[in-house]
Amino acid sequence: MTVVIQTNGLGKRYGRQWALRDCTLGIPEGKVVGLVGPNGAGKTTLLNLAVGLLAPTCGAITVLGGPPSDGPAQLEKVGFVAQDTPAYAGLSVGKHLLMGSYLNANWNQELAKDRIDQLGLDPRQKAGSLSGGQRAQLALTMAIAKQPALLLLDEPVASLDPLARREFLQGLMEIVAEHAVSVVLSSHLIADLERVCDYLVLLVASHVQLAGEVTALLATHQRLSGPRRDPRSLPSSHEIIEESHTGKQSTFLVRTDQPILDPAWTVKPVTLDELVLAYMGRARNPSPGRRSGLGVAP
Amino acid sequence: MIRFAWLQFRMQAAVAAGALAIVAVVLALTGPNLVHLYDTTVASCAVHHDCPTATTDFTDTDGPLQVFLDFLLLTVPLLIGMFWGAPLISREFETGTFRLAWTQGVTRTRWLAVKLGLGAVASAAIAGLLSLMVSWWSSQLDYVSANPFDSLRFGIRDVVPIGYAAFAFALGLSAGLLFRRMLPAMLVALVGFVAAREAVTAWVRPHLFTPLQQSLPITTATPVSIDQTSPGVIKAFENTRGISLPGAWVYSVQIVDQAGHTPTTSFLSGACHLGNYGPLNPRDCTARLAATFHQLVTYQPGGRYWPMQWYELAIFLSGSIVLAGFCFWWIRRPVI
Amino acid sequence: MIEFQLDTTSGVATYLQLVQQVRQALQLGILEPGDQLPTAQQVVAKLAINPNTVLKAYRDLEREGLVRPRPGQGTFVVRTLPRSDPAAQGRFLASMTAWLQEARAAGLGPDDIEAIYRTAVRNSFAEGAA
Repeated sequence: MTVVIQTNGLGKRYGRQWALRDCTLGIPEGKVVGLVGPNGAGKTTLLNLAVGLLAPTCGAITVLGGPPSDGPAQLEKVGFVAQDTPAYAGLSVGKHLLMGSYLNANWNQELAKDRIDQLGLDPRQKAGSLSGGQRAQLALTMAIAKQPALLLLDEPVASLDPLARREFLQGLMEIVAEHAVSVVLSSHLIADLERVCDYLVLLVASHVQLAGEVTALLATHQRLSGPRRDPRSLPSSHEIIEESHTGKQSTFLVRTDQPILDPAWTVKPVTLDELVLAYMGRARNPSPGRRSGLGVAP
Repeated sequence: MIRFAWLQFRMQAAVAAGALAIVAVVLALTGPNLVHLYDTTVASCAVHHDCPTATTDFTDTDGPLQVFLDFLLLTVPLLIGMFWGAPLISREFETGTFRLAWTQGVTRTRWLAVKLGLGAVASAAIAGLLSLMVSWWSSQLDYVSANPFDSLRFGIRDVVPIGYAAFAFALGLSAGLLFRRMLPAMLVALVGFVAAREAVTAWVRPHLFTPLQQSLPITTATPVSIDQTSPGVIKAFENTRGISLPGAWVYSVQIVDQAGHTPTTSFLSGACHLGNYGPLNPRDCTARLAATFHQLVTYQPGGRYWPMQWYELAIFLSGSIVLAGFCFWWIRRPVI
Repeated sequence: MIEFQLDTTSGVATYLQLVQQVRQALQLGILEPGDQLPTAQQVVAKLAINPNTVLKAYRDLEREGLVRPRPGQGTFVVRTLPRSDPAAQGRFLASMTAWLQEARAAGLGPDDIEAIYRTAVRNSFAEGAA
């Protein structure tokens, strides 16, 4: 399987602060990847490294088989929508599309125009007077119309109201359905994750906590509840991600390849949201009593 | 990329072209009148024996416009540096649009090259056209005042403003790239350009060519002044304005003898008895001075005007190229 | 053409919901052999879900023999699901009502009954799929 983004021990430091550290990922092509994590976890840093706007402090990153932003051919193949969807306030919507056609060899003007019409944007309106949602749609249109192989979106829906957010995701999914494009979508919101993403990367505190296909992740995590138990009594094949105890009851979120055979357990499937929350909690408060390891899927 | 750079630059170019057109119209309307005035009054003033009045009247014509044009040529390079050069890249950083511009299908280097090239050419063109028009309009006025090397005048005529404009643009652009904020960049453009221009005017221009020296006899008309500079010391001075070398740049004039010595205090106190306001008998004093001493004038001849213009243009264009080189080097560093 | 709904709170995987809705539509006669299912593009444009989810659901349905893709044209229904026999439904309704009466007599409330029901359904269908 081809890998669109490959990182190896990638790290980025600002002064004494590590924005990203020990990041080793192999993101397969053709997926919609959710890059999730709290604010400041390193998501924007990773994406900016991938488009060559930042240089690594250590480690390496290859995008579509080459160094990021290494020449026009590479730049054409990657579409990027930055946080806050920057646009030239003095240029109209139509002029932005013109800009795209001037600067990208593979630009599809028809596609761009159709999308703008569909979205109800006025080509003569200056980008400075667009709403946040409209600007996000314009930025997405520009990234799409250059017909890239890889789309990187940095928190594109963070500042949108729910309707605008839904419309943005609808548009994005339509594009994914129509074109063979890999998407990496970063967000600090974890709602809507499961419906949109089929690959997940979780970043907390500058480190990768979890990475893998969503179906695989969901299949290998279970929520077990039953009578109060010492966590150490669980079989070693169960890796405990999260645990909570009341006087009489224990609940564990475990990761395991083995089927749960102990009849004392009530087994419930885990949703992606719960999974992400559990890993985020673990990253914030690693406790010595747990058997912990890096939650990275093979 | 060129089309895109033009797309962004169109408005500014239109404003500049419009302003230039207005100036052109004003000059076209008033220029022929000046020529006519010159032909009828100054050109024939010798015949009418009213040269001083005719000259003064002529040089006072359109006085406010003259001042305005001087001011315009003085400030245009500065404005270019502050309002075209400084915001070019710094605004991209401030608004975050560099994240849009540098993820399109052109490399950063090409992006910079086109924007820099277009801006520099436009700056040079604006300044050049303006200077051309004003130099044409002022030609008789300049001829009459006969001081082309005047430190102000030299920088607002002919080709030197082209270099100023290109340099100011490059400086503003570099500052914007380096500081990533528009106001600091504008400030650097302002201070840096003014400092550079003043530095070259004061320290480089006088030394571009070794000045010539010429001996002139002291006559009764020579405005020598004798004065006591400190207790027991008397010196002879002369103001360079007394020298009549049309079109030349007079650096200094000294009163010296054949051996190059200045008059001693004892000679001067003997030859010129001093009262409260200078020598009691100026004619006698000057006559005695003239016997032994002469004027030694250090100057640049008028013929060196154009070589010095080209040299100064070259200096500022080289400065622009160096700054451009810096920009190309700096922009490759993807550290933001 | 069937229109899909998504219940994000049910805890059921998205692709399963799509499969279930197609099956229900077949059972109720809303979909008949020859009808076209919405394209992945149409579904995601409305629901904002990953198109692979739709494709996965359609693949599952194809595996069950209910639908077949026609290259370049879309995915079409090829078989219908037997509507459950009303008589059979009546029988099961009767036996369930009897069971409920027993359960209530034993002191079980609606929540207990619901819990038992869900567990039984899950276990039964999980076994079936395994």
